[in-house]
Amino acid sequence: MRLEVRAHPPRWLVVASPVAAILLAMALAAIPLALAGADVLAAYRQMAVASLGSPFALTETLTRATPLILTGLAAAVAFRARLWNIGAEGQLYLGAVVAVALGSGALSLAPPVLIPLALAASALAGALFMLGPTWLKLRLGVDEVVTTLLLNFVALLFVGMMLEGPMKDPMSLGWPQSAPMVDAATLPRLIGRTRLHAGFLVALSAAALIWLYMERTVWGFETRTVGSNARAAGFAGMPVARVFLRTGLISGALAGLAGAGEVMGLKGYLTQDLSPGFGYSGIVVAMLAQLDPLGVVLAAIFVAGVFVGADSMSRTVGVPSYIADLVVALSLLAMLLAGLVTRYRLRR
Amino acid sequence: MTEAFDILLQASFWAATLRIATPLIYGTLGELICERAGVLNLGIEGIMTLGAMVGWLAVYEGAPLWAGVALAASVGMLAGLVHGLLTVPLGLSQHVTGIGITLLSTSVASYTYRVLLPNVSTPPRIEPFPPLAEGWLASIPVIGPVLAQQTALTLAALALVPGLAWLLYRTPLGLAIRAVGENPAAVEAQGIDVYALRIGAVVFGSALMAVGGAFLTLSAFNAFFFGMVNGRGWICIALVVFASWRPGKALLGAILFGAFDAFQVRLQQVVGGAVPYQLFLMLPYLLSILALVLVSRRAAYPLALMRPYLKGQR
Amino acid sequence: MIRAAAVPVPAPVVLRLEAISKRFGELLANEAIDLELRRGEILALLGENGAGKTTLMSILFGHYVADSGAVLVADSSGALRPLPPGSPHAALRAGIGMVHQHFALAGNLSVLDNIVLGTEPLWRPKHHRQAARRKLADLMGSAGLEVPLDAPVGSLSVGERQRVEILKALYRDVRVLILDEPTAVLTPQEAERLFLTLERLSAKGLAILFISHKLDEVVRLCRRVAVLRAGRKVAEFATADASPGMIAEAMVGRAVAMPRRESIAPGRVLLELADVEVPGGPHGGRGIADIDLTVHAHEIVGIAGVSGNGQRTFAALLAGLVRPGAGEIRLEGRPWPTGGPRALIAAGIGRTPEDRLSDGIVADLPIAENLVLETYKSRRFQKLGFLRRGRLVEHARELIRAYDVRCEGPGQRIGLLSGGNIQKLLLGRVLELSPRLILADQPTRGLDVGAVAFIHGRLLEARRRGAGIILISEDLDELMRLSDRIAVMYRGRLSETMPATGVTIRQLGLLMTGQVRHAA
Repeated sequence: MRLEVRAHPPRWLVVASPVAAILLAMALAAIPLALAGADVLAAYRQMAVASLGSPFALTETLTRATPLILTGLAAAVAFRARLWNIGAEGQLYLGAVVAVALGSGALSLAPPVLIPLALAASALAGALFMLGPTWLKLRLGVDEVVTTLLLNFVALLFVGMMLEGPMKDPMSLGWPQSAPMVDAATLPRLIGRTRLHAGFLVALSAAALIWLYMERTVWGFETRTVGSNARAAGFAGMPVARVFLRTGLISGALAGLAGAGEVMGLKGYLTQDLSPGFGYSGIVVAMLAQLDPLGVVLAAIFVAGVFVGADSMSRTVGVPSYIADLVVALSLLAMLLAGLVTRYRLRR
Repeated sequence: MTEAFDILLQASFWAATLRIATPLIYGTLGELICERAGVLNLGIEGIMTLGAMVGWLAVYEGAPLWAGVALAASVGMLAGLVHGLLTVPLGLSQHVTGIGITLLSTSVASYTYRVLLPNVSTPPRIEPFPPLAEGWLASIPVIGPVLAQQTALTLAALALVPGLAWLLYRTPLGLAIRAVGENPAAVEAQGIDVYALRIGAVVFGSALMAVGGAFLTLSAFNAFFFGMVNGRGWICIALVVFASWRPGKALLGAILFGAFDAFQVRLQQVVGGAVPYQLFLMLPYLLSILALVLVSRRAAYPLALMRPYLKGQR
Repeated sequence: MIRAAAVPVPAPVVLRLEAISKRFGELLANEAIDLELRRGEILALLGENGAGKTTLMSILFGHYVADSGAVLVADSSGALRPLPPGSPHAALRAGIGMVHQHFALAGNLSVLDNIVLGTEPLWRPKHHRQAARRKLADLMGSAGLEVPLDAPVGSLSVGERQRVEILKALYRDVRVLILDEPTAVLTPQEAERLFLTLERLSAKGLAILFISHKLDEVVRLCRRVAVLRAGRKVAEFATADASPGMIAEAMVGRAVAMPRRESIAPGRVLLELADVEVPGGPHGGRGIADIDLTVHAHEIVGIAGVSGNGQRTFAALLAGLVRPGAGEIRLEGRPWPTGGPRALIAAGIGRTPEDRLSDGIVADLPIAENLVLETYKSRRFQKLGFLRRGRLVEHARELIRAYDVRCEGPGQRIGLLSGGNIQKLLLGRVLELSPRLILADQPTRGLDVGAVAFIHGRLLEARRRGAGIILISEDLDELMRLSDRIAVMYRGRLSETMPATGVTIRQLGLLMTGQVRHAA
């Protein structure tokens, strides 16, 4: 028996593989659930109800999906070029810092000016934070995985420094948090009395634009080519370094936007626990989507649903909400296996 | 300036250096073995976290300290086995699989901790490894007082360095590991099973990583906190490159790093509140990046690192 | 020439293959192949590229598992026993050794390390090196295979590395030695030396399977030859009883007309290199220096040489991947464009890479996108930054038709095509731009005769049209057939060019090993 490359992966298999991966992950996660003494079926039912079972639950899931779509896109774009940006977490925080710097009273502008300005500035901040690792990779061959991972810690410390220093909210009682965003810098709610905000639309448009970019434009073609075989791209005369640089900037910008969306649309101020690992979950989202920008939206909604559902389930069933992280991590590994099934078939 | 220099002369400074370096020695050696065999193991951060939790939990539940270490190592081996199986015979992306292992191990650690201790807010303590203090070690001039403040786990880490160097450079197994990281086809053509060798190296390396994590809860501190590994795994990955994949240099790198970290903590006390403390805390991460930059020009990666080898592939 | 004395009783069989079949997807690589090898004989396995020779040997050595059939090997008592499939370890234990076409050596390790690797119990706490050194000294002496044991393999020449491969097998006391295309990388003189070694070894009882696609060397070395064609064994001859013509016909099956070079007077000067120097570097080669070369229109200039003598750097220079460190290059009288591959393409230079899979194609992308890798920025294929996908497909259809490429269509992933079809597309991608100067780097390596004839035809056609071509090749026959002039690269220096009609393969061989500086 051996693996053989499939000439044409059937379309149904490509669609079915993430579903199968998710099912496998949930089946595996049933073991720790049962070990914790929970009724597995009841727990999963509760998760489904709490994340998708009502209009309100759905808006909560979509709210949670918003940053995940953006960090998922950040990973998908970079991984397509085989640029391993694992630093979306840090880039997200940098974006959030800049959004707060501009939007918590420093500028008094009308919302139609201030909101785009703050979003653009945070995207820029995220992009610039990715510039260093990309540059080091290109000029010195320093592995970007390690640099982006390490910079996540630097970014978080930087946020702490800002929150205890220049950005500290004088009204807060000791707890490090920034001054609140002004109304003009707050993203409008999409549906009254829910938390779903315009950041979701920003994320959706980003997904559509990235799809267009990847599949239809010359720059996207360059990205796909460099990602599949950078040597052949270089031999043919493609500007490989420029492609990496561009990809790194776009990836960082998307992650930066994710941070801006959270402070401008959801939280209203910045704390050190703004992101419960959105940057890392974005990697899972991207892999579940098989790096397809439109698939990222669906994958992000799934991952968001797991987190939202697990929060509620942990309250009612009494299982730690860390089960969500477990399901998500297992989904990633299961998805890698599923990818194998679409790429290869077993032959005797 | 003289204050800064005085720090270097204190035995307590060097004791702290070794204490900080110990988990890095374990982690770096573990990663080094994996990479020498051609497999990048980005699961390190999670495996260290899992090792920290499991070692602590075992002792908290009444096991002897060394049993905690052994249990941590076994769980690390299990995580390494998953990484090895996915990346070696199945040839999956070592980057993504490693991140997956880190996410999985970290969440298993947090989940287990919370299931068993649902309502504690202050982490329960255990009685950690005691410092060696007495005995012939303490009577060695100069380094005696430094070693006396260490625990058995630190001593084991120091002993591991020549042990691993011997394994790599003096034994047939070590030769096979070095060869499989350079050219797996050469190893297979000599009748050695590439998969078994690589998976074995990853499993062994992961055990060391987990012991490095267990050191944190069983020796350096006496409790388990979320996020306590705090990027040490990633720092180890940088240290492996800095060490040019050599055990001796790995020890040197870890100690340099530990010294720097111990120095900045003391400097922080000297400088006081003039500089935000976060700047000091950033230094280890920035230093790791700097180390990578410094060696980048002459970094001689194992040639087959991150290249999957699939048998019977045309 | 030493030949084993005629033996009245046939020597015992040491290896038997029975009805070996192996399929890769659609391709039937081996079909019901039987083969028998006797003690002390050299059996040739002859066949064109793609005939299934390497697959068969990989099955024998356990890299692949056959779909059906059996391999039987004599044990120490002489009884034939089935060999467990899929395990090189089992093959080695049964006394089979293999010298791979692409050497299976770890370059950073020493010769000694490479040889003893896997011969000691893995869990032994310490190497036992003294005994190994003594045994190797004996082997090197008796087989005439001298190599420096403590040098890193990476520092050895190609010929020396091959000797290490043979020593690896002999060190394990193999009874059967398989050599896969061993002369492909050697100079004619090194090949002679190899033949002497093999004859010596067979006289001592070693059974040798000699895989080759070169008829003349097979006739010269072996007494028996099995011919493979399209995965099947089509004939077996005693070389004494068969004429080379008969063997050749069995090998090729149908007559493939090899295109011939017409005599055309060279045209104007296209390319001049004077004292060019390029330091060695990341493009995987030694540096080159003192390069002087002129290429005219209507002319093919061949570059011969053992691999690793600077050809890679020379090719990287002409492909625009590196810049000259010193010296002067002029293209049609103007300074050499130094803006990288794009500038070269714009200046009318066509380039095909040595390694078509790693430098030529992007395996995961469709054929259509691969064919515009050099031209996607032109107005023809993009508008306002968007690819014109219809045109890409249409363009691919034309090239597929013009170059007779077997594929499912423009949307197929290019990595699924055969080497010959890939090379045709790569050549098509270059030739459709009507380049005036063409770099053809190992254009037919590993291709079957049909594809070789096609590629040669297209290169000669470009020459007729007025292009100047630099042909870098390790295949001396190819160089002699296509080139107007030939130069030899040795240790980073290029010899003067010689008219191809006035030089022999033997002379080229001497130049390739640096035994003479200029052809007599």
